[in-house]
Amino acid sequence: MSVAKPLPHDAAALHVTGAARYVDDVPCPTGTLHLAFGLSDTARGTITKMDLHAVRTAPDVVAVLTADDLEFDADTSPSNRDEPLLSTGEVHFAGQPLFLVIAKSHLAARKAATKAKVTIDAQTPILTIDEALAENSRFEDGPRIYEKGNAEDALTQAPNRLQGQLTLGGQEHFYLEGQAAMAWPQESGDMHVFSSTQHPTEIQHKVAHAIGKPMHAVRVETRRMGGGFGGKESQGNALAIACAVAARATGKPCKMLYDRDDDMVITGKRHDFRIDYDVGFDDQGRIHAVSFKQYTRCGWSMDLSLPVADRAMLHADNAYDIGHMRIESHRLKTNICSATAFRGFGGPQGMVGIERVMDHVAHALGKDPAEVRQTNYYPSAKSVAAGKIPGTTPYGMEVTDFELHEMTDALLAKANYAQRRAAIADWNAQNPVLKKGIAFSPVKFGISFTLTHLNQAGALVHVYQDGSVHLNHGGTEMGQGLFQKVAQVAASRFGIPLDMVKITATDTGKVPNTSATAASSGSDLNGMAVKAACDTIRDRMADHLAMQHQTTPDKVIFKDGQVQIGDHVISFADAAQSAWMARVSLSATGFYKTPKLKWDRIRGTGRPFFYFAYGAAITEVVIDTLTGENRILRTDIIHDAGASLNPAIDIGQVEGAYVQGAGWLTTEELVWDDAGRLRTHAPSTYKIPACSDRPDIFNVELWDIENREDTIYRSKAVGEPPFMLGISAWLALSDAVSSCGPAYPALNAPATAEEIWRAARKVTQDV
Amino acid sequence: MDITFLLNGETAHITGASPTTTLLDWLRDSRGLTGTKEGCNEGDCGACTVIVTDRQGARTLNACILFLPQLHGKAVRTVEGVSGPDGQMHPVQQAMVDHHGSQCGFCTPGFIASMACAHLNGETGFDDALAGNLCRCTGYAPIIRAAEAASKDPVPDWMHDQAPEVTATDPALPRNADELAQWYLAHPEGVLVGGATDVGLWVNKALRDLPHVAFLAGCTDLQQIDETDTHLRIGAAVTMDRVHEVTASRHPSYAEMIRRYGSLQVRNAATIGGNIANGSPIGDNPPALIALGATLHLRKGDARREMALEEFFIDYGKQDRAPGEFVEAISIPKQPDRLRVYKLSKRFDQDISAVCGAFNITVEDGTVTQARIAFGGMAGIPKRATHVEQALIGQPWAKATIQSAQIAFERDFTPLSDMRASAEYRLETAKNMLMRAWLEDQGTHTSVLEVTP
Repeated sequence: MSVAKPLPHDAAALHVTGAARYVDDVPCPTGTLHLAFGLSDTARGTITKMDLHAVRTAPDVVAVLTADDLEFDADTSPSNRDEPLLSTGEVHFAGQPLFLVIAKSHLAARKAATKAKVTIDAQTPILTIDEALAENSRFEDGPRIYEKGNAEDALTQAPNRLQGQLTLGGQEHFYLEGQAAMAWPQESGDMHVFSSTQHPTEIQHKVAHAIGKPMHAVRVETRRMGGGFGGKESQGNALAIACAVAARATGKPCKMLYDRDDDMVITGKRHDFRIDYDVGFDDQGRIHAVSFKQYTRCGWSMDLSLPVADRAMLHADNAYDIGHMRIESHRLKTNICSATAFRGFGGPQGMVGIERVMDHVAHALGKDPAEVRQTNYYPSAKSVAAGKIPGTTPYGMEVTDFELHEMTDALLAKANYAQRRAAIADWNAQNPVLKKGIAFSPVKFGISFTLTHLNQAGALVHVYQDGSVHLNHGGTEMGQGLFQKVAQVAASRFGIPLDMVKITATDTGKVPNTSATAASSGSDLNGMAVKAACDTIRDRMADHLAMQHQTTPDKVIFKDGQVQIGDHVISFADAAQSAWMARVSLSATGFYKTPKLKWDRIRGTGRPFFYFAYGAAITEVVIDTLTGENRILRTDIIHDAGASLNPAIDIGQVEGAYVQGAGWLTTEELVWDDAGRLRTHAPSTYKIPACSDRPDIFNVELWDIENREDTIYRSKAVGEPPFMLGISAWLALSDAVSSCGPAYPALNAPATAEEIWRAARKVTQDV
Repeated sequence: MDITFLLNGETAHITGASPTTTLLDWLRDSRGLTGTKEGCNEGDCGACTVIVTDRQGARTLNACILFLPQLHGKAVRTVEGVSGPDGQMHPVQQAMVDHHGSQCGFCTPGFIASMACAHLNGETGFDDALAGNLCRCTGYAPIIRAAEAASKDPVPDWMHDQAPEVTATDPALPRNADELAQWYLAHPEGVLVGGATDVGLWVNKALRDLPHVAFLAGCTDLQQIDETDTHLRIGAAVTMDRVHEVTASRHPSYAEMIRRYGSLQVRNAATIGGNIANGSPIGDNPPALIALGATLHLRKGDARREMALEEFFIDYGKQDRAPGEFVEAISIPKQPDRLRVYKLSKRFDQDISAVCGAFNITVEDGTVTQARIAFGGMAGIPKRATHVEQALIGQPWAKATIQSAQIAFERDFTPLSDMRASAEYRLETAKNMLMRAWLEDQGTHTSVLEVTP
């Protein structure tokens, strides 16, 4: 059975030879036109004049479109219809598309786009959290509040209490393949769109709307993305819509790629946060109550900010069973690019808040932070199974599958945490300039879309008369190995070798009404849908073969590329041929919806998640107190992927997510100037981890036990949860800084060299 | 412009090419070779990495900031040509499959080119060889495993390229400094392209049209490194990978800074003359060269002049260079090595300095007898810290001297705040770099890069 095998990515051989096709690699039909947006350089204001003469007369320009030229409502928002493709007069952020250039080449379009003379009556932009609060500039009427118990009273009564604040920067996705789309006009005004998107159905929906057609007139195809990370859940809409609108206007195929700098300026990023906390605890480190105020800059439009901010609230407890908890969430509307989905979808920000609290409490008590964390864990799944009352999250969901007690014990032992912690203290005593730090942090991440209706998926499977299988489902491939995992499921259901299964591009003409490939749900949802489709065909084949051989369907076994029917054995190909000859349908759809979900996001109660995925990490770092320069020395991880569908792919997800998470909290700094212009809009100024930034020693293991819930082969989702293992790197830096003096470092994120230098200086001086 | 080079083993003749067409655009748009990817279009991500062979050997370059005329007489190998003629996988390709080194696959062709070039050259310092290739999916660990696994396999025979013999008749492709001097006299407002690591961005990002461009790739006399009894003379078109080699034994701290300068692809293209001539306040060579007392050699037509390097930088964006005048060489006096160069940036590898400090402090019998200290990132130009130098000279090389000299930084520099660092951080870490230089002499551990787990 191919499930559970550590097989390479399905396209690995194509990747390494340069043969894997991305949107920009699809050969263009003759006459294809190329697009570029003209962008606002002002963060907020009203357009008083837009002189596009020089744009229209620039070399190789075919047409220039403004909002006035659009016949239908070309809106790019995934949620709120508040994002016109092109400004309709108001400017909401520096980088907002104002007009669309259609030209004969990519370079000609880009050059022409810079030639406009746009006059904007500028207003003072709302940029910071404080400015937004002062103007009550926000989405929703007021803050969302989730509460368990009575935090206010419990804080007053707790033996110890402290307050603090941290700021958490956003994060640029930096998918290596920038946003890209191409639209080919078809007969009757239909549109065939190639898009680098995590959400083909959304592209279909928005394109149809923008060209005044029903959804059936638009077909969207996505074979693969060169990275997504959430950045292609909604941010590809504008390009696909622009291509379709331009293709409709010109009758020619149109293609649009953002140049990297434009991509970074226009598209949304991870939400940045400020988190204020107030915690009450006892001398043993048991937390009695926590009150959080989460403030986030959503940018100029709603996009996905509400569910992102919800998920930050839903992870404010992380792994900890806290009696009284209050989370107040402010979703602020600001004049910067609209913050969007990014791996973890708010969960990491919420989790950093409570991990900071744990670290701060441990520092105040002089205790080992790992011990304080364990003290506050939810009751274990084992103990709950044995009758112990489960812990309950601040949103009223029982935690019945808690694995972290055992995972933590295993990791602390495996990584020699206690001995190394002591050795680091000795090392620090001998080194006046360089300081080491070590930290443990756990992850408990909720799996399911919190918008419950999104937890559905479809699949389409064909078996051809030669026994080869065509596989299609609603999930998209962005590098996470989803296609291979799901193909392994299909091959296993039919008992055939994996090479008999053809993986095909996601296509809205094959499987309709799909959800975004997001929320780590890809293999859970699509794996189940494909299983259902395969089983339908397999059962039909079994019925036919059983009848033919005068036995019962339960005696028909599909295994090793063969079908055993009682005493007869035939090849799967012969079985398919036989079924076809007998006029048995060899094509089926499959459908799946996640069970057990019930969630009220306004009241903040119910069961938003089917289950939790767990992880644990220990990171060791070294810092230079003179400059703040720092490095990760060693990382040890145990991560829970349930019964892994493909351990190689899952370990790859864990390694990559950890480095991406550590990057978010260390070198990746987004800087806007006082006028609201992003200054870090290229890899020259925005620094994702490079090769040598990975840990010198990097040990990753899977916690290989079955999911307690009935997921596809009892596996667990793995896309997002390990991202938050990177929090241990940030905590280790805090630990290193704290060795400089008695004060608490109160490190902000990203902990750049400058931030670490500043914290170290403060800790040294604050006696 | 007519250009000839070898592409994946076959001759490519290009006639009438626009001189600022990049190799990447030409490969993808004209040749349909879409394996080489555009990730950032500015030489920072490495997705467009190709292997270029000339008489100096094979090295990696970023195709997005590589103009076609730079390739005249060279051999180019793209990811498509890393596979064998019958489609056989190269050992690094097979290892990347076996070790799960690709996820989304978009950066992979660039990694393959870098890995195959390192494999060809027998390089096993993979963190350096791959520092210019960004991957957002894997966290790099499986890529390094793949590189290590493949390093034991023999080099496939198809990987050995021989640069073709060509002649250049286009005056914009000068064959020596004399021809260049003539061209530049005729086009004093023209642009000289050495490695194009800066000019490439003028074209790709600033979208500038450059009517007159000359390419220095054929000027072999500008690519010489000459050693006399007293000096090391480095031609202006010597690339930074060779500066790295030549400084490794003489001034290892400078070489260590160059190891982090750009990426390998950038060092393989970037020239020392270009880094000086563009006058960037954050160019990383000038502080070290000023601290070493280097002399700059300028030429216009047949007229030559020289000056102390620090005198070349007049003000932000303004250098002491006349139209039609170019940097011919830089010469460094031979001296016992006391140089310490400290580069401070958000990321260790392939990042532009927030602050780059160079200290050349001579101590005799416990007393500072000479001090040449220069900084990048602290002013509009690379600049000497003359007050700090004066505060040190004649004083005992002791902590108290350092502490009093640190204050002098405030007289030498008023740095700015920008996206790389705040003014306060720049000033305070510059002071701390002096402390670091002293602590190093005391044997104190000061480099996080030297700490092992």
